[in-house]
Amino acid sequence: MTGDHTILEMRGITKTFPGVKALQDVTLEVRRGEVHAICGENGAGKSTLMKVLSGVYPHGTYEGDIFFEGEPCEFKGIRDSEERGIVIIHQELALSPFLSIAENIFLGNERSKRGVIDWNSTNAEAAKLLARVGLTESPDTKIMDIGVGKQQLVEIAKALSKRVKLLILDEPTAALNDDDSAHLLDLLRSLQGQGITSIIISHKLNEIHAIADTTTVIRDGRTIETMEMHGAEPVSEERIIRAMVGRSLDARFPDREPVIGEEVLRIEDWTVHHPVDHGRVVVDHANLSVRRGEIVGIAGLMGAGRTELAMSVFGRAYGSNISGRILKDGKQIHVGSVREAIRHGIAYATEDRKRYGLNLIDTIKRNVSSAALDKVARLGVVDREGETKIAEQYRKDLNVKTPTVEALVGKLSGGNQQKVVLSKWIFADPDVLILDEPTRGIDVGAKYEIYTIMNALAAQGKAIIVISSELPELLGTCDRIYALSQGRITGEVSREDATQETLMHYMTMEKDGAAR
Amino acid sequence: MSTTMTPETPAQARVSPLARLQGMGGNMRQYGIFGALVVIVALFQVLTDGKLLLPNNVASLIQQNAYVMILAIGMVMVIVAGHIDLSVGSQVAFIGGLVALMMKDMGLPWLVAVLLGVAIGAVVGAWQGFWIAYIGIPAFIVTLAGMLIFRGFAILLVGVTVAGFPAPFIDISGGSIPNFLGFAGNADAVTLVLGAIVIAALVGSQVRARSVLKKHDLKTEAVPLFLTKVVLITVGIGAVTWVLSQSAGGTPIVLVIVGALILAYTFLMGRTVFGRHIYAIGGNVQAAVLSGVNTRNVNFWIFVNMGFLAGVASVVVTSRAGAAVAAAGQNYELDAIAACFIGGAAVTGGVGRISGAIIGALIMGVLNMGLSILSVDPAVQQAIKGFVLLLAVAFDLINKRRAGGSR
Repeated sequence: MTGDHTILEMRGITKTFPGVKALQDVTLEVRRGEVHAICGENGAGKSTLMKVLSGVYPHGTYEGDIFFEGEPCEFKGIRDSEERGIVIIHQELALSPFLSIAENIFLGNERSKRGVIDWNSTNAEAAKLLARVGLTESPDTKIMDIGVGKQQLVEIAKALSKRVKLLILDEPTAALNDDDSAHLLDLLRSLQGQGITSIIISHKLNEIHAIADTTTVIRDGRTIETMEMHGAEPVSEERIIRAMVGRSLDARFPDREPVIGEEVLRIEDWTVHHPVDHGRVVVDHANLSVRRGEIVGIAGLMGAGRTELAMSVFGRAYGSNISGRILKDGKQIHVGSVREAIRHGIAYATEDRKRYGLNLIDTIKRNVSSAALDKVARLGVVDREGETKIAEQYRKDLNVKTPTVEALVGKLSGGNQQKVVLSKWIFADPDVLILDEPTRGIDVGAKYEIYTIMNALAAQGKAIIVISSELPELLGTCDRIYALSQGRITGEVSREDATQETLMHYMTMEKDGAAR
Repeated sequence: MSTTMTPETPAQARVSPLARLQGMGGNMRQYGIFGALVVIVALFQVLTDGKLLLPNNVASLIQQNAYVMILAIGMVMVIVAGHIDLSVGSQVAFIGGLVALMMKDMGLPWLVAVLLGVAIGAVVGAWQGFWIAYIGIPAFIVTLAGMLIFRGFAILLVGVTVAGFPAPFIDISGGSIPNFLGFAGNADAVTLVLGAIVIAALVGSQVRARSVLKKHDLKTEAVPLFLTKVVLITVGIGAVTWVLSQSAGGTPIVLVIVGALILAYTFLMGRTVFGRHIYAIGGNVQAAVLSGVNTRNVNFWIFVNMGFLAGVASVVVTSRAGAAVAAAGQNYELDAIAACFIGGAAVTGGVGRISGAIIGALIMGVLNMGLSILSVDPAVQQAIKGFVLLLAVAFDLINKRRAGGSR
């Protein structure tokens, strides 16, 4: 059964929740020293499987066997699995922002003598660990003062401090930009050189391609296929997608025949300053426009001011000292609040749906109606029947996977949550819909659905602005793309002329006009 | 959006099993609290050899605890929005003092004094709401300040006890609905009629709500559960009605006031845009802002409303005491807050119901009354109430954790 080269074997894992089999006879075999990718659509069971492995779901709550380094495991909690050298890093990082890097690394595992912390050894060991993950920050830097990319590395340093043998990363690059992602992948490779085995859960196929030795695809709670990435026959992205969705996606983007009408929204000379640091210009004299039936993209690196531009237009939800003009259907309008923006037919679906987009502890139904409650209310009294009907309609139209619209939004998968966000804004019936990272953290199948919804909305004559970090997504969906760099619009490219290279050129343009 | 936009997806509706339970989750918790109330009533009924549910005791239970229920209604709204109000006890003393002085020193008619008192309550609420909503000071700080400020005002205002109020004013808390229908046997007919109306209305609304759900093929509670609920409503209110009809006065006037407030605020929280906005703010304030909710205005009006209800409570309290004293309303804020949390409101906001807060208030009230009948030392009573609060919230949390897995 378990050979020397196998570090982890999970056999016949079945995990049942009341009414649903989340995992059914799942098998996973990980070789020592490899990077093993697990992919699958949201809700396929990847996270459940990792929770079984790490003891979040204790032994006895699932069926099947786990062998780690040849020995059977019966973990009762995370501590048990960590003692054996299995460490999981969740998508939402578990760091305390007000504590230092060193304090975070040894949180719960303090270097101490009789309960008194030994700061010298804490900082010295932390510095060593930081060097291993390629961080040059001082160990007493506060977590809040470093970016998400570096925080991720601190998490890995923390795992190393626990003498990790098997490192599990749940969508580690979901919140990272390209540079930080690349660095993280390099780090995984160097850890591999140090004999650390990794399991990486990811949606990003190019990433899996770049790093994984083996890829296991899970669908509907079952193992579909385990692929050797460096075998005789190279594994194509298409093949992984096929296994994930159970069908071939001929194209990752649905076809669309744009029917573009007159201009709906024009933003002129738009300048926004930082909300706290009033002297800092975040959006610098930006001009852009969008037409009826058109999908317009905004490309830009992290910190280029994409979200800030969109939110400042959306009723000044961001920024200070905002100047410039907004023209709707050719007429200048004043948009002083989110309410006014909605009334003028402008909608903005946030990049961070959990924090800014949804009330996770409320039902699907009530989230769908939340941006246009007045449409289902008379004299301030909500028509619950009408509200239910509407939510049901969107559930069907957008294919939200839920037994009932009375379910809490917090229990849905990312893709389905995003569909609720879209439902909410479609129900508000805007003329202009700004979608900020509409497919972030969403699996391939759901992405396709979101694109289809975008196309259908454009076909209905809505103007759509898409902000995205994924250039292929912009190239695949947009009619026209603006590039944003350091708060300025540095380029405007039509669908025909756009390539990743031209966009990247504009996105990295410095203030003086030269490329970075 | 009449056409289907999405392509067929092969993946079956893979839904977290927890989502299936969700529709029921909130209700289950409500039943749990209600069950706890029933158990506590039964327990004290046995411990007090049946004294707890003597007609006159039930009437005075309601009269004694009306203020907690009134304050808890406002407080649960404050808590759902993610705030807290520590000042309501001091407000009660301050406004109660004003109402008393308006009647005694200024010679205003009692009704005018009452209406002015309630209006002043709203103004006090507006004062606090201003600082919270428009200046952005946390409610904890503003109402802590208010607790000191209004207690101070109350002491300045009511140097010596003000007493000797007109009879109609005393009747607000002490009187009963006149029995103009006579008696059916030894039962007060007005009370029986009122009880019947309430039962009919509640059962009717349950049936209506269910049929709406049915019409849209939505999950409804299982038939036995639904029938149990209907039977419980009928038996519960029927029993209270029957007992009250045997009491000396019949239906206490204050019960009508509290009942009307419960109905009005249940409607406000459950059915209106304003109520929805309160839940939205408590659930995720940033999402509410980005959905176009004017969070400042909503927060402001929540506190205006709290002040208004503190005004109503102060009238009820002053009427019941028959006198205004500077020390009135001591710890009332804590009673109201405890009622909300026992009733299932979430400390983090976004969750809580009027019905829960009322049941929470009743649990506290029954404890008070039962322990008093057993002549338990007041200090011990207080400690017991503390433990009940702690256990209720702990029970709730543990339940939630069990239902929600690791979340």
